[in-house]
Amino acid sequence: MKAKNLIVSFSVLMIAWLLLNWTLDPLIVAIGIGLSLLISVLFCSKCTVFEGIKLGPKAFAYTFVYILVFIRELIKANMDVTKRVLTPGLNIEPGIVKIKTNLKSKMARLILANSITLTPGTFTIHVEGEYFYIHWISTEAVDIEEATQKIANTFENILKELYE
Amino acid sequence: MDIFKLIGAIMLLGGSLSLLVAAIGMLKMPDVYNRVQVATKASTFGAIFSFLGLAIIKFEHWFTGENWLGRVIILIIFIYITNPVSSHVLMRAAYFMRFPLSKLTKTDVLRDDTNSNLLKEPKNE
Amino acid sequence: MNNLDWIIYLAIGIILIAMSLNLIRFFKGPSVVDKVVAFDVISLSGLVLIGTVAVLTNRVIYIDVAIVYGLLSFIGVIVVAKYLQKGL
Repeated sequence: MKAKNLIVSFSVLMIAWLLLNWTLDPLIVAIGIGLSLLISVLFCSKCTVFEGIKLGPKAFAYTFVYILVFIRELIKANMDVTKRVLTPGLNIEPGIVKIKTNLKSKMARLILANSITLTPGTFTIHVEGEYFYIHWISTEAVDIEEATQKIANTFENILKELYE
Repeated sequence: MDIFKLIGAIMLLGGSLSLLVAAIGMLKMPDVYNRVQVATKASTFGAIFSFLGLAIIKFEHWFTGENWLGRVIILIIFIYITNPVSSHVLMRAAYFMRFPLSKLTKTDVLRDDTNSNLLKEPKNE
Repeated sequence: MNNLDWIIYLAIGIILIAMSLNLIRFFKGPSVVDKVVAFDVISLSGLVLIGTVAVLTNRVIYIDVAIVYGLLSFIGVIVVAKYLQKGL
């Protein structure tokens, strides 16, 4: 899927250009289109970063769902961290557990690992194939399926709609 | 317009308090892994929230004049992508240098898997 | 803006306290990774400080400085981690 790669990288570069310039002046927009096209043809005609991304109105809607869920989890994570840090004494029981993901594309796995890192109490240490090794500050489950259920399922279900 | 400045200033205050929580957590937690975890969560949230507050303080420049909002959005996306990645790389380096886990640790599946050769330690290319 | 400036100055004070607490960990830290993480949090707090100064002095160009500083600190942390894994 060469064309899809080009389209996605072109639009990412174009959005960054427009955000940095913050104007719709035709000259600026024309320069931006030229530069983005040049960079995406030169550097991203063979890259595999955007492989398996879905385009369309449904994926667009799920992007906003992802952002909202992510903000909610981020705020929950900070409540959790603040509570753990400010209560006297150490009320932690850390452990390293293993979870399994079904996502195939690289970008989806990167976003899933980043989201796991920023959600309450969990932190991705190592990725090996389809297994993630998670450092969990309050180990609630050791079993693979139970841990997957508790840690990754919220984001995995959303990311399935965004990536193949 | 003054209400936006009030909201933005309060958000900035909340973000800086979150950075303070990250610093206290760095001093309090018992081993490297818990420190990295607390510091990453609290500092990422603090930075993102503070920059949102700064953008709201400059509300009158959103549509005219100098471009505050676009740069702040670029900065927020940048922090969201890079900060977890750098902490993750550091934590993996710490783990494979075999820094000791704290005594409170309950399970360590990764050590079991490494010992039973289910996975090799990452080779450096 | 003048009557709300004190909240921003209070935030600057809190960030400075956080940076000095991190500095304790930076000097004390038993291992290298502790020091690098403390440095990472300090540079992120410095990023927020640069943004705050940009708002106080009303100059948008300082936000660009913050973007470039964030990029450089990210690359620095990655390079140190790669070096610790004997990959450099």
